Amino acid sequence: MSNISNTNESAGGNLTARALREGIFAGIIALGLFVLFVGLETTQNIRNELVLNQRWGLLAIFVIIAAVGRFLTVAYFQPSMAARKAAASKVAADTEESFFKRNFSKIAIVALLIYPPLMVMLFGVQGSLKWVDNFGIQILIYVMLAWGLNIVVGLAGLLDLGYVAFYAVGAYSYALLSQQFGFSFWVLLPLAGILAAFWGMILGFPVLRLKGDYLAIVTLAFGEIIRLVLINWTEVTKGTFGVSGIPKASIFGIWSFDVSAPNNFAKAFGLPMSSAYYKIFLFYLILALALLTAYVTIRLRRMPIGRAWEALREDEIACRSLGINTVTTKLTAFAIGAMFGGFAGSFFAVRQGFVSPESFVFLESAIILAIVVLGGMGSLVGIAVAAAVMVGGTELLREMTFLKAVFGPDFTPELYRMLIFGLAMVVVMVWKPRGFVGSREPTAFLRERKSVSGSFTKEGHG
Amino acid sequence: MSDTLLSVQGVETYYGNIRALAGVNVEVKKGEIVSLIGANGAGKSTLMMTVCGSPQARTGSIIFDGEDITRLPTHLIARRRIAQSPEGRRIFPRMTVYENLQMGASLDNLKYFNEDVEKIFTLFPRLKERQSQRGGTLSGGEQQMLSIGRALMARPKLLLLDEPSLGLAPLIIKQIFDAIKVLNEEQGLTVFLVEQNAFAALKLSHRAYVMVNGQVTMSGSGKELLANPEVRAAYLEGGRH
Repeated sequence: MSNISNTNESAGGNLTARALREGIFAGIIALGLFVLFVGLETTQNIRNELVLNQRWGLLAIFVIIAAVGRFLTVAYFQPSMAARKAAASKVAADTEESFFKRNFSKIAIVALLIYPPLMVMLFGVQGSLKWVDNFGIQILIYVMLAWGLNIVVGLAGLLDLGYVAFYAVGAYSYALLSQQFGFSFWVLLPLAGILAAFWGMILGFPVLRLKGDYLAIVTLAFGEIIRLVLINWTEVTKGTFGVSGIPKASIFGIWSFDVSAPNNFAKAFGLPMSSAYYKIFLFYLILALALLTAYVTIRLRRMPIGRAWEALREDEIACRSLGINTVTTKLTAFAIGAMFGGFAGSFFAVRQGFVSPESFVFLESAIILAIVVLGGMGSLVGIAVAAAVMVGGTELLREMTFLKAVFGPDFTPELYRMLIFGLAMVVVMVWKPRGFVGSREPTAFLRERKSVSGSFTKEGHG
Repeated sequence: MSDTLLSVQGVETYYGNIRALAGVNVEVKKGEIVSLIGANGAGKSTLMMTVCGSPQARTGSIIFDGEDITRLPTHLIARRRIAQSPEGRRIFPRMTVYENLQMGASLDNLKYFNEDVEKIFTLFPRLKERQSQRGGTLSGGEQQMLSIGRALMARPKLLLLDEPSLGLAPLIIKQIFDAIKVLNEEQGLTVFLVEQNAFAALKLSHRAYVMVNGQVTMSGSGKELLANPEVRAAYLEGGRH
């Protein structure tokens, strides 16, 4: 540290001069670059003649941005980054991880448990709706989906671009079976999971021999097939109109959330009528489902099948020569991953009360896969953080109405959702090429953990 | 009781339409070290992979311990206790050394794991030092030790080694060959070895086969072949630097 500050002191004057010089250079370069692109504009006038517009003001803005930007980077940003880097390397050497970092998952679970009551206290019963439903439930659905896909992609290494198909199977299973036969949510939830797992196996069989990009294309096609069947099999699925009026879930049949029902939750407790209670119930429901997914994943990783998945991701031939049946290993990965997709799907149906093929387009698969990749394949915490940032971030965009004041009333921030999503992905991949939490935690130790130096080990043969 | 452990009879293996093995006969008796030497592309590794069932032999038969395993899938052959340290080692690079060894013991679902892992660590002390390191960060020699160790974790009746000396320094090669010798002499492990490093392999083996263009052209004891002028000319003098 002393080292750095010394150079800073002696170079203090130099630094400003250098920053000034580089800023001016950047300005000159920008001027050269933009003088023809920005400074001059050719348009046609009403008589179809070519006219040259001079836009010196705009050009000046460009040049000033380049010059000032470069100046600030050199003078402030780079030294502070260097100082932080030096400090970080010093700290990492002798201190252990902070309390917060070590107990992150426990703290996060407790925070999620008190989240709905907190929101009710802060914003009132009706005001909490937005925070519990749009943010809480929406993010948790994606967390659960990404954790489910993580079993297939992160652990078993099977690139699945059609994961949303199992989500759709789960959603339509609940929607159709509850309407046709009147089964309750608690009966249909496991059934939807089983049906989705069954479809996972059906997808699994033809793709057993495929790997990598070829596998990705077939799973992509599978996702589209399911969606097209949902659109075109109108007698059963009502096609693009979707299935509406899907019954609500109840608290294990004891309390109902139907307004007319005698055992209505709000009536039973003498509370004012509000849809917020149902949303809070759904929040805890999806939280429980997501935690179940995480628990099963953690348990499976320590079991023979989980180890086999991870070995399969690393080297299929070596797996076979060790006596592992790669066929059943792959099929169980597809089936278990799909099952959690099915759970999430039936939850989605119960939450929306309406399902249509619109909800199960390829973009959904891509977003779920992006969350898994951004979070760091195989890392549950990383994936949860990625889901919160990506889904929560796009939801936040809807809230940014103040931007209308800046960019005019026609500006709708959520239209830039995908642009920002893409930009965020590029940034994360540049800074953290293996995702937020890129290092794989070993599952077995002989005596004690040692720091593992190989977090940058590449796939393939090191 | 016959003391033949592995018997390869008239095996032909094809890659598409290309014949890689043209009627190979090889026999490995219990407690032997048998090596297979030959030039690049002679079909040595193909024979080893055919024993493991990938690719499967088109004609001929492979008998292991009195049972025909020619048409069995690879993982079932492995469950008959044929362990392999494949060409290029094929360890799991992102799993730790310890986890790699666990994978080797997955046949018995880790029943004998604690006992066996200590044996491996005595045989290869380097692996003990590196146990919590990721496989991919090991040096080539350590990876080879890990590959052999992982194969041994399955408690094999027959150990197949495909080019254990590939790309390793002479000192490490000696360590590995010494370890193979120890395993054979002290535990009576049967070893079938494919090698390009003919000199080291012949010195180690009880018997050896020479393979040329998918056929076995010569066989005999290690010493005989070492003394044989044809073998010397083709594989020893020219091949030694």
